[in-house]
Amino acid sequence: MCGIVGLFLKEQDLRPRLGSMLGQMLQVMTDRGPDSAGFAVYGEGAADHFKLTVRGPNLASLSKDLSEALGTAVGLTLRDTHAVLSFPDGVTEKVREWLSAHRPDLAVIGAGHRIELYKEVGLPADVIKRFNLPGMAGTHGVGHTRMATESAVTTAGAHPFSTGADQCLVHNGSLSNHRSVRRNLEREGLTFATDNDTEVAAGFVTWRMREGDSLERALEASLDTLDGFYTFVVGTENGFAVLRDPISCKPAVMAETDRYVAFGTEYRALAVLPGIEKARIFEPEPAKVYAWEHR
Amino acid sequence: MPVVDLAVSRVRELNKALHQLPRNTNETHWTVQNPAGQHSIAVGIDAPVEVTIEGHVGYYCAGMNKDAQITINGNAGVGLAENMMSGVVRLAGDASQAAGATGRGGLLIIEGNASARCGISMKGIDIVVKGSIGPMSAFMAQTGNLVVLGDAGEALGDSIYEARLFVRGEVKSLGADCEEKPLGSEERAILADLLDRAGADVPVDSFRLFGSARRLYHFHVDNAY
Repeated sequence: MCGIVGLFLKEQDLRPRLGSMLGQMLQVMTDRGPDSAGFAVYGEGAADHFKLTVRGPNLASLSKDLSEALGTAVGLTLRDTHAVLSFPDGVTEKVREWLSAHRPDLAVIGAGHRIELYKEVGLPADVIKRFNLPGMAGTHGVGHTRMATESAVTTAGAHPFSTGADQCLVHNGSLSNHRSVRRNLEREGLTFATDNDTEVAAGFVTWRMREGDSLERALEASLDTLDGFYTFVVGTENGFAVLRDPISCKPAVMAETDRYVAFGTEYRALAVLPGIEKARIFEPEPAKVYAWEHR
Repeated sequence: MPVVDLAVSRVRELNKALHQLPRNTNETHWTVQNPAGQHSIAVGIDAPVEVTIEGHVGYYCAGMNKDAQITINGNAGVGLAENMMSGVVRLAGDASQAAGATGRGGLLIIEGNASARCGISMKGIDIVVKGSIGPMSAFMAQTGNLVVLGDAGEALGDSIYEARLFVRGEVKSLGADCEEKPLGSEERAILADLLDRAGADVPVDSFRLFGSARRLYHFHVDNAY
């Protein structure tokens, strides 16, 4: 099963409410995925500052340790088991090197100028509360409630998966050829942190975009390469996109108003949104890429 | 005239009340408010009552319906009126996948569009879609009539047994063993009656008829892998 939600705001005045709207949508999808939940939020960010979302124990001292080691101020926002590190663009590689050398107990699960990514095992309501999703502002976000099919119920196996800067992907369905696609991507230099099929799909999109594809083109390419059932919602720095497999095995519904575009696995998840009664409600067609971008 | 507000009551309570109605009930018109996309609303009714649902519904709405006339003033999720036995279900908006799936009888009217697999495995239901239908519609259809005023998606009537598929617009492609057939006087009469009952004012002659080529009825060695 699994449930997906996505929200892309067109109007600035809704941005402070992004987290609370996304959280309400996500919680409705509990019936479809009570194992674990996760979400990615694209906040304000700054062009010259980079953010890493890390997960693991003993996070509070990270800011001090990193700032001292690198001689650069490294900001830290702690949220339960996750922390977002923020630092000037130029030291990104040094931060990553320091983390892998001194803190192998941490997992870097999101990286980019704007993306922050959180996921945990447990009921969506609890996950939303632990990370205080309703308190988060941003331009767009995606969320996922998981009912595991392809790999174990672990935090690492929860969605979203991020395999490139400011990119993330959530998935409803299961892929049947992810092993062979993974081998090809590993040959291209990509690395994977889990055995999860969705991480392979995220990696595939990252690889295509690295090779010069637009987000739309990368998703179109996945139609030819990925075999199985899927509805994907993909987040990028400026937008989000939706793709369903050619036989549209997994449900999906979308709503668009002057103020937002929203995606839900079921309409129930959209019913909580303001002005939904006047929204244009439609079902995304199979094998067709839908994308929205802030310009 | 009972009014059930699903913002307050649970779907189970609504359905239980509807199931307990005797066939000669005086409570003949029900209104359901605030469905908010919830699933399984008004399923399994077995009484000639009218139910009006004000808003969008989730999966399996009006499933297994017998004799009731159900109107939905909104869109519907997967499996609208699945396995309907009789009665009338009218949807004002668009339907998601598998609308009218496995229906045995009755009339399903969709004022908007229906997405993939509309009328899959239909077994006697009549379906009138005023908009267009998605791919793989009438897959393994056994009997009944599917009328589409708009277009049909890919693989219409794939592996069809017997059913009449009337399409007014474009058909993207036909599925295995589905072929165009002449629109005879018997078919015209059936179509005219359905258009009339659905309130669709379009000429019968603007439709094309598709049905089974009957080449998959029996085992044929050339069809084996």
